[in-house]
Amino acid sequence: MNWIALRAPLDEGSAVMLRAGDSVLFSGTLYVARDKAHERITSMIEEGANLPFDPRGQVIYFMGPSPAPPGKPIGSAGPTSSYRMDPFAEAMCRAGVRGFIGKGRRSPEAREAMRAHGAVYFASFGGAGAYLSKRIRSSMVIAFDDLGPEAMLKLEVADFPAIVINDIHGGDLYEDALRERG
Amino acid sequence: MGNRRLIPTEIVAGAVGELVERASFAMPPGVEEIYEAMRGRERFEMARHTLGVIVENASIARKERLPLCQDCGATIVFCDIGQDVSLEGESLRDALDRGVLEAYERLYLRKSIVADPLTRANTGTNTPCFIHTDIVSGDRVGITVYLKGGGSENMSCLRMFRPTVSIDEIMDYITERVVEAGPNPCPPLFLGVGIGGTADLAMLNAKRAVLRGVGSVHPDPFYAGLESRILERLNKTGVGPLGFGGVSTAAAVYIEAAPTHIATLPVALNLNCHSLRYAKRVL
Repeated sequence: MNWIALRAPLDEGSAVMLRAGDSVLFSGTLYVARDKAHERITSMIEEGANLPFDPRGQVIYFMGPSPAPPGKPIGSAGPTSSYRMDPFAEAMCRAGVRGFIGKGRRSPEAREAMRAHGAVYFASFGGAGAYLSKRIRSSMVIAFDDLGPEAMLKLEVADFPAIVINDIHGGDLYEDALRERG
Repeated sequence: MGNRRLIPTEIVAGAVGELVERASFAMPPGVEEIYEAMRGRERFEMARHTLGVIVENASIARKERLPLCQDCGATIVFCDIGQDVSLEGESLRDALDRGVLEAYERLYLRKSIVADPLTRANTGTNTPCFIHTDIVSGDRVGITVYLKGGGSENMSCLRMFRPTVSIDEIMDYITERVVEAGPNPCPPLFLGVGIGGTADLAMLNAKRAVLRGVGSVHPDPFYAGLESRILERLNKTGVGPLGFGGVSTAAAVYIEAAPTHIATLPVALNLNCHSLRYAKRVL
């Protein structure tokens, strides 16, 4: 595997360079949000309220970890299905988010919103929560503590692996897989 | 009254906690070997790498006591209760829930159950567990704990076919649904297929089917052959490990057939992710 090292937050040049099928290793900061957190952030964006983070250039990780055992920064921490966050993609992109990490296909509307705003969709290794937890250095709740496993987190990661599924040029790895390798 | 064997439900609670523990940190024997064999058949580098990650994940989970997946599942409990058994103490429901609650707390497992499907407040305990009881002959209690994640559960489906449908059409349906689900249920899949019965029984049989035993062959040669044909077909779809592409879309296909009505032919699918999580014990 030929891995591309990336910093998160993601700069515009990197987002433009990436192509579907590229494998990347993120180091830096990821923000974690899933269903309910997306619903709340999207409402805040629509209302013009202050967000719990500066979304510009950020990479959002769709995830809800298991509780951290003593001595570990986080429990198992693999991606959740991304399609449930499709209705919120446009608002998140409009606020400046530049990357999303999850697993599984996105809706045509979500793909179009990401393409139009220059945001890249990545999948990480679904169901490999123990493996991925080893790439997470620290985890901190930054908002929506009342949501339990759905709270919004800030992670510091090192060499966190992901695969580009939808690049900003219309490429789609999941479609390629069925077409070329079927 | 003949001899009745008394089993305190306290023991059932302890057993279910122990089974949650076994299932959360390690897959049944034989699963990792399946992925190693698949890795040898993949020509595509990303598919080989992904299968390697899945095996490494299992190794880390086992050694570091981290759950195989952060989605520690809905806890599904199958209880086969011998009719010569008398259960004593708190109710079976309370005992099983207590066993589940204590295990999820003690083992740092994620609690993923909401009390109501529409208002959606998390119970904070991963209970209630989902219990299926059968009364069987004998004086033993068989308990199987099956942990099912939400992402793969969401890909479940049922179709009520015409009884005159061809087997090829059923195979087309299964293949279409697996391709449509694509990366979402985290393939390679352990696919449970419930055929026959009523709509509800077909779905339950699709669940039971994946618990048959890793590496087991269907006792009926007709269904054994059908399982092989479906498996071969799924592995030609191109979906591959985690949908990134390849020839390892399904690890195994398990069919559970049941008698049915002259007018009906239900086919239910239970797509289990690559992390097969169940454990069994007989009391």
